[in-house]
Amino acid sequence: MSEQPSTQQANRRVGLGLAGMVLGFFAFGFAMVPLYGLICDITGINSAGGTGGRVAEAELLKLGVDHDREVQVEFDYTLNAGLDWDIEPQTRSMDVHPGKSYDIVYTVRNNSDREVIAQAIPGVTPWQATEHFNKIACFCFEQQTLAPGESADLKLRFILDRGLPQKYNTVTLSYTFMDTNREKLKQAVSGL
Amino acid sequence: MSTEAIHDDHHDHAPSGIGRWLFSTNHKDIGTMYLIFSLAMLFLGGASAMLLRAELFTPGLQLLDPDTYNNLLTNHALLMVFGVVMPAAAGMANWMIPLMIGAPDMALPRLNNLSFWLLPFAAIMLMISMAAPYFPGGGTPINTGWTLYPPLSIQVGMGMDFAIFTLHILGISSILAAINIVTTIVNMRAPGMTWFKLPLFVWAWMLTGLLLIMIMPVLAGGVTMLLFDRHFGTAFFDAAGGGDPVLFQHLFWFFGHPEVYVLLLPSIGVLGMVVPTFSRKPLFAYKPLVYSMMMLTALGMVVWAHHQYTVGMSQAVTTYFMIGTILISIPVGYMLFSFIFTMWRGAMTFETPMLFAVAIILMFSFAGVTGVMLAVVPADLQYHDTYFVVAHFHYALIPGALFGLYAGVFYWLPKWTGHMYDERLGKIFFWWTTISFNLTFFVQHFSGLAGMPRRIIDYSPVFAEFNMISSIGAFAFGLSHLLFLWIIIKTIRGGDKAADKPWDGAQVGTPGLEWTLPSPPPFHSFSTPPLVK
Repeated sequence: MSEQPSTQQANRRVGLGLAGMVLGFFAFGFAMVPLYGLICDITGINSAGGTGGRVAEAELLKLGVDHDREVQVEFDYTLNAGLDWDIEPQTRSMDVHPGKSYDIVYTVRNNSDREVIAQAIPGVTPWQATEHFNKIACFCFEQQTLAPGESADLKLRFILDRGLPQKYNTVTLSYTFMDTNREKLKQAVSGL
Repeated sequence: MSTEAIHDDHHDHAPSGIGRWLFSTNHKDIGTMYLIFSLAMLFLGGASAMLLRAELFTPGLQLLDPDTYNNLLTNHALLMVFGVVMPAAAGMANWMIPLMIGAPDMALPRLNNLSFWLLPFAAIMLMISMAAPYFPGGGTPINTGWTLYPPLSIQVGMGMDFAIFTLHILGISSILAAINIVTTIVNMRAPGMTWFKLPLFVWAWMLTGLLLIMIMPVLAGGVTMLLFDRHFGTAFFDAAGGGDPVLFQHLFWFFGHPEVYVLLLPSIGVLGMVVPTFSRKPLFAYKPLVYSMMMLTALGMVVWAHHQYTVGMSQAVTTYFMIGTILISIPVGYMLFSFIFTMWRGAMTFETPMLFAVAIILMFSFAGVTGVMLAVVPADLQYHDTYFVVAHFHYALIPGALFGLYAGVFYWLPKWTGHMYDERLGKIFFWWTTISFNLTFFVQHFSGLAGMPRRIIDYSPVFAEFNMISSIGAFAFGLSHLLFLWIIIKTIRGGDKAADKPWDGAQVGTPGLEWTLPSPPPFHSFSTPPLVK
């Protein structure tokens, strides 16, 4: 019987220690939110943020243009559910020289009867080309606000850098346009 | 008051009435409740699988609509993982670990009561999540699958909130159980019961408990963020608001991959008891086997992203996860090797638990082989989200986890009930269930390799034969469990009296304290600790 209290104390100690571990891992889960982006940025694993890939034009132009190589760049977009916009890239496809900067315009129009704040999220296919697709100026760096019926020309300036591996001859840039008001998305998918 | 408590202790009376179960702090009663709960959930999860297979019997839509199909699919997974395998393993831990280590009870008996009684409420919450879409304003059913990936999980209706609460409750329950079990193993061992005398089942649960403590809080954090994204305007996983849906996949699989070992390890522990018993030889290379379980636990924590090869991670990262995943085959292979060498030149007999053990070794190795195939990045890009994956993880989890628990049920039923089960019926159940299991899932390798996508209600008519075979197998597999239920009921109600040590070789190579007690053991056991030499 004399052992009884000491066992109980030991149980409390180990139990609380393990509970502390539980709290630690719960915090670890939340710490992943900032750490995830940070780790990806530092190690260059992926441009985790949707607006990644912003670079200074001067730096890239210093490297010179590869006039001998042409890469086909295709422009594409997706409308996320609940966003009533017309979107038209100025061209669907163009041939570019790596190292040279190009401008392209997406013409958008808000067809809905309310003001809409949208965000465009870029995606590059093949994904191996993502780090070589440098956006110098992009409408995807900011949210875009359009009044009902308003149109706008959204500008993108990019350089496909010379590091793009030779085996890729076609690169597709695709934007997903999303309404930042999530309620509209929910209504759209639940059919209300 | 205190004299009354001592009075009760000495007379070995179980409290009577419903209070015995509601307020129970007795490890055997709580273990029994865990096992009964798990059995009930097995039939619920099985029934949802039967509906899915009935729908897939022929191409086209027959019984269900796509959203309901996906909701049933989600529930099937959640019920089987959280409702069946984990509670059954926890029930066995409750029953057997104190007996095996010579402890009077679990270290934290009241916590034990709480961790069980949270479970029925989680089950009710899951039922509500399925019913919610049928009420006004309930929104769409949960059509995400058990992985609950955003953005879809942010868009579905109110059912998702209930599912998130279900996961919270289940998470708290298994964290409490894990804390309790680990504390018990650390502190409550009888004098002389050193770490390397512990039966393998105890070791398996020690590592399972530690895994649960590390992973469940991360899942809880992930689904909490999901809840915030749904209702409080945060954008953890919403790309339009600067978040990243892939982050959820990382959080989920940081939990989800070690979870596979949470399901698997207790059954490996059962095999570590069953195989030596019926081979009448001590476990071959016990210490390395324990080390390989530790290696499995450690490796299992750092390979989660092999579930996400297709999200566009860099080559360096996918290569790391590929190599890590392939390395896991070393400790797993070692375990199987150890079991096979335990049987080598043993005086083997094939009672039902041993039949399951041998079948598990064969079928689980098969899952290991398809697992290595899936670990290889270029191959996985083809297999991803096909029925090949479905076949792989059902081969891993049904033999690896569920059949291991069945082996445990047959192995310990005589100890739990005091009666021998009907060996003839047990063998019929074994053959019926393993043959129909293989009939169900083997063909899914072929339909998967041919490109049949998973989680979809309909399929191309070219897969019709495979699916019909699979559905017939599934119905037979489901039906076999009625026999399982009957065997258990029959054993509880009567049967030949079980000896204290019903199996010849039960104490070979382990201290085997559980077999020194009568069958069934008294309500209070080991009030004075036994001495282990």
